[in-house]
Parts: sequence; C-alpha cells; structure tokens
Amino acid sequence: MATTEVEPRRSQYTWRDKLGHWDVKASPYLYIAPFFIVFGLTGLFPIIYTAVISFMDWDTIRNTGEYLGWDNFQFVLNDRQFWIALRNTFSIFLLSSVPQVIIATFIAAMLDHNLRARTFWRMGVLVPYVMMPVAVALIFSQLFADTYGLINHWLGFIGINPIQWHVDVIPSHLAIASMVNFRWIGYNALILLAAMQAIPRELYEAAAIDGAGKTRRFFSVTLPQIRPTAIFVIITSTIGGLQIFDEPRMFDTTGTGGADKQWLTITMYMYNTGWGQLNFGRAAAIAWLLFLIILAFGLLNFWLTRRLISSDTSGSK
Amino acid sequence: MSFTRRKKTLALTAGAAIFAMTIAGCSSDGDDTEPEATDSATTEETPAETGGEPVTLTLATFNTPGYNSVEQPNADYEYDLIQEYMDLNPNVTITYDRKAESGDARTNFFTKLGPGGLADVEMIEVDWMPEVMQYSDLLEDLTSADTEGRWLESKVADATDADGRLIGAGTDVGPEAICYRASLFEEAGLPSTPDEVATLLDGDWANFFEVGQEYTDATGNAFFDSTSGIWQGMIGQINPAYEDADTGEIIATDNADVKAAYDQLTAAAETQSTGFQQWTEDWNAGMSNGDYATMLCPPWMLGVIEGNVGDAADDWNIANVFPNGGGNWGGSWLTVPSNGANVDEAKKLALWLTAPEQQAKAFANAGTYPSQPAAYEDPAVADATNAFFNDAPIGTLFADRAQAVPSAPFKGEFYFQVNTAITDALTRVDGGTDDPTASWDKAVSEIEALG
Repeated sequence: MATTEVEPRRSQYTWRDKLGHWDVKASPYLYIAPFFIVFGLTGLFPIIYTAVISFMDWDTIRNTGEYLGWDNFQFVLNDRQFWIALRNTFSIFLLSSVPQVIIATFIAAMLDHNLRARTFWRMGVLVPYVMMPVAVALIFSQLFADTYGLINHWLGFIGINPIQWHVDVIPSHLAIASMVNFRWIGYNALILLAAMQAIPRELYEAAAIDGAGKTRRFFSVTLPQIRPTAIFVIITSTIGGLQIFDEPRMFDTTGTGGADKQWLTITMYMYNTGWGQLNFGRAAAIAWLLFLIILAFGLLNFWLTRRLISSDTSGSK
Repeated sequence: MSFTRRKKTLALTAGAAIFAMTIAGCSSDGDDTEPEATDSATTEETPAETGGEPVTLTLATFNTPGYNSVEQPNADYEYDLIQEYMDLNPNVTITYDRKAESGDARTNFFTKLGPGGLADVEMIEVDWMPEVMQYSDLLEDLTSADTEGRWLESKVADATDADGRLIGAGTDVGPEAICYRASLFEEAGLPSTPDEVATLLDGDWANFFEVGQEYTDATGNAFFDSTSGIWQGMIGQINPAYEDADTGEIIATDNADVKAAYDQLTAAAETQSTGFQQWTEDWNAGMSNGDYATMLCPPWMLGVIEGNVGDAADDWNIANVFPNGGGNWGGSWLTVPSNGANVDEAKKLALWLTAPEQQAKAFANAGTYPSQPAAYEDPAVADATNAFFNDAPIGTLFADRAQAVPSAPFKGEFYFQVNTAITDALTRVDGGTDDPTASWDKAVSEIEALG
C-alpha cells in the first residue's frame, strides 16, 4: 500500500484523506453489518441467553435466577425421561424419514412420466402439505383410536387383533410416523421431481439404445443424477425429524407423550419442562443438549454428503 | 482498488444509511403495539354524566364463560354482559379477547405476567391456580367489604394467598354429581330413577365400587368411564394430599391416604374400568355405545355428554349424589394484574362480572355454574332444567352438590406435576403396561425427581 512507502507525516493527511482511509477499512464491515446485527439480536442473543439460563434455577416471570452450576445438565442426563425421549425421537425419525424418502422418490419417478393431466397429479401430491397439522391430527386420531378406530376396524376384517396404538411403544411411533409421512411425502416428491426433470433426456435414450429396461434406467440413470437433491431432502428431513413436535403432541389430548412416555420426544420433553413445570433453567439445558445432538448429526450428514458427492463425480467419469 | 472520491463518499453514505435503517427497523418493532388501545380510546365519546375519564379495558378469557356471544358463534346467548357493562358505564370501552383453550391462555398468562402486556382483567383456571399463587404479589388484592360472603367458602380459600390477599374473583365452580345411563342400570337389575340411584350410591367410595362390581358381574361391562376421572373425585377429598401445607414439601409418596385410594381404585379398575382415557375418540364413542354406565359429572360435563351422544343414546341421567360427600372439578377466577394501566377500573369490572346477578346470566348463556350462593336463588339458576337429561332439575341439584364440596385441599406449586405422575400411573395399569405395584414405583421415582 502507498502509505508504507514514505515516512508518514501526519500533518500531510487532510481530514478527507483520513476519512477515505477509514472508508476503505470500515465500509465492508458496514455493508455486512445489517445481517450480523439482525442475527445477533434474533439468533445469537437467544442462544447465549439460553446458555446462561441453563446454569440457573430461572424464574422467567420475575426474571431472576440462582446460579446452580451444572445441576440442570446433571439432572437431565440422569433423568429416565430424557433417554426415553431420545430413543423415541430416533425411532420416530427412522420410521418416518426412511419410508418418506423412498416413497417420495418412487412417486416422483411416476410423475416424471408423460401422464394425462400432469399438473393435476403434481399439485395433488402437495395437498397434504397444505393441510393444517391440527386438521391432520384430528383425522388421524379417528383412524388410530384404540377401540373404535377405523384402522383397527379394518384389521378386524382380516382377523388381526386390535393394536393398542396409545399403549404400546412401536405402534404409537408407527402411527405418529404415518402422520409425518402423510404431510411430507408430497413435498419431498415435488423437489425430487424437479431434479428428475433436469436430467438430460439423451441419457435415457442412450441407455435405451444400449438395451436398458425401465428399472435399469431408473437405478442407473435417474438415481445417480438426482443424488445432490436427494441429499438435500435427506438432510432437511433429518433436521425436521429430530425436532418433531406437533404430531406427537397432538397424538392424544393431554399432549404429554403418553402415560409411560411412549411417544415423548425431546422437543416435547423440553416444552413440558419449560411450560408444564415452569422450570426454564432445566428446559434451557435440554435445549442445549438437543442443539449438540443436532450438531453432531449435522456433522455426520456433512461427512456423508461429501462422501456421496465425491463418489458421484468419480462414478460418472 | 480504484474508487474515486465521489464514489467513496457515496458508498460511505449508503453504508451508513443502510446501517441506520437497520437500527431503525429493529427498534420500531416495539412501539407498534400501543396504538390499538389509544385509537379506540380517542374514538370513544366524551365522558357522559356518570363521570369518569374514558378508559378502554381489555378482558381476556378462555373456553365459554358466558359473557358475550362471540364465544360461541352458533349459540344464541340471551344476555350480553359486556354490552351491559358498557351501557352502565358509558366512559368504559371493553375489548373482549377470548382464547379457545385454557392451555393457550396459561402460556400467555405466564409469558406476560412479569414483563407486562396482559389484559386488564385476566381469567385463570383452577388447574393453574397453585402456580399463579407463587406470583400472587403481582396481582391485585380484590378483597372488598361489598363482596363479603359473596362466594362459596372453598372458592375464596383457593384464591387467598398466604398473606390473606384475595387475588381472584370467583366466576364458576364445578360441583360434581353422578351421571349414569338408566337403561344400562336396568339391564343389570339395578334401580334406575335418579332418586333411587342417589340412594344406591349414597355412601363412600367402597360402596360405589361395590355397586360397580354388582353391575360388572351382571353385564360383563365396565362401570365407570376412566380411572383418571374417578381419581379426580377421590383425590379432591384427601386433605392434605400431595404437599405439606406449612412447609410445601412433597408428601405424596409417604401419604397413606393417597396410597390407600390408589390401591382401592386400581383394585376396582381391574374389572370396572373401560381402560379408556378421557377425551379420546374411544371415550367419546363409549358414551353412546354403552361401554360404561357412570361418570363423574360437573355441570359443564352435561354439555360434553349431550354434544358427544346426540341422538345415539337418550337415557343419560343425573343423580344428586357423590361418593364420600362432594367434589369440585373445574372453575375459574378473574384476576387483575398489578402492572395494568387501569387497575381500579379493571377491579370494578371484575367484581361486577362476578356478582351473583351477572353470573346467573352467564349460567343462562353458557351453563357455567355460579360460585356465588346468592345466585342459586335466582330463577335463571333455580328453575333451570336440562331437557337432554330427562328434564333433570339441574339448578337445585347442583346447588345441593355445591354445598357438599369439602373445604379445598391444600395445593402447592407441585400439585399438578404430582397429580400427573399418579394419573399416568393409573393409566399405565389401565392399559396393561404395568401392574399396580410397578406402576406406583415408577410414579414414586418421578415424584422424587421433582422439587
């Protein structure tokens, strides 16, 4: 820079020069400042605030607290409910996300064909997504009632004993997962469909000429081509799955996760602790633990993503 | 970098402008909430001859307290109490805000109780009264000479804090009777008119379960709707139940009365309970399908039964009796947060709305049963009958039941967490997840983790 060439004599610099100097230095920061100020207020501040509260016995109404150290974390990690909630969260996540992505891919592949009234079908799969979660919960509570539910009624026709949806662990997870899937399959199918539409048709023609059948073309052309989009769908459904709240909360009328915490998820556990027991210090500790869990999962996903994408580029050569 | 000076200056100005706009954008958020109130206040006509500065009061309730027909668009309320108060006090404008569910109202209440922003008059429910009690100093004392003896004793006791301040003006109560299905009682060879059933069930819980066993043996069906429903009635009669009134310590797991009631109920539930949970689809359907023959019935439950059953079963009836005396289920108060803008006017409104005359009208509107004994004399209450329950004289029936409600048991800050742990234990036994002993042990460890 020019200033280093000669021995600086401050008096030579006018006020305008100084201003110009500071302009070069400061302006970029000023330009990016709006984002960071908004982020600081709405993102960073709550995160730090939660961290502070998590070490206290916090009274949110009087805005006072007593320092406890690691007591809240110790309590949560020793609480049976926390581990049950963790188990339930992962179980519901697996039962929802895995079938969701598979079925969404299948539906997208179907919609990728030259159907009659294409737009109608494509918009049709999005209808469940537009429905209010509360309405979905109402419909499914009719379906999954233990004694007078439609599903148990149908199972009766084929000689299967009624399933205790609100008593047994796995059936309750299945019922909740079906609610989640109902809502999100169409949405994911549309995203995957967009990716499929972008695949050059020549690839299919070339494969067909080489004698590849429909199934072979799907597995050898379609799937590798939509990989990046599929990864996006998987990651978003992972985050959504770990934060699952609405569906299990509305699965019964008390919303506390069942008498034996059969379908208590971590976000519900946090909500019950915070708003149910008005114990915000402990709820903040749970929030931080959930944050760490999602972070760990995010990193795992990142690693998987990089692996999958690099295998993608090497595979296409 | 080759900025010309002009560009630089421009850039700096632009940067500063964006910066300033962001700051402004952030800070203007907080000021936008005020105008609503001032707008309606200024459009209000000048003070009438009754005097007083024009004020706007906000009133926040939930469910259907029976004040104004906005609560139930389909129902046609006979009286509009909100309009009536505004006619009586022309300087007052009331903004009425009603939430559908008490859970939403509770979250809202505790979010804003400290920092401010609550309505001038806030309704609270018996379920969260023990928690509200911890913050009784943030609510106005509503004690006044005019309201001496207005409410049932238990209603006042529940809303009086340790310093003797009355923080809530009682609105309604839920004195419990027994609802039953006459045809099912007949099938089991039991007497079935309301008077006969009242005599039959007059006694303690042991008697209730004996009758239940007789019914179950005769029909093979469950006798009562759910264990958590019955527990609600049993625990309300145990005093002290979960916490020591002086120290606030949790005594639930050492309290022999609680354990005895738990054992009595789980033993009876083995044959006499449906295994349903209240408010579920199964429970709703069971009301018409004859899965159970009795349930505990506060006044507001009549509407629930009628709404669920419709034309499917016309033999639900109500008996003027309750095992082991009386019981209360539900009920609310009006409170006045101290950080409100018009505390004095708000107090007047709260006390006016909870006067016997007004509460009798609210009962006529929405069936919320008054907590003011004087209202029981009011023809609107005294002559009330319920067509769906075979013209049961509900006005006089619930007046009897209200007098039978025992003095309120002490409920401390952990009351509902302990109660949830025990009803969960009962539900586990009902659903077959655990046997009674294992389930009780789980509840004990949950309760020990509290505090």
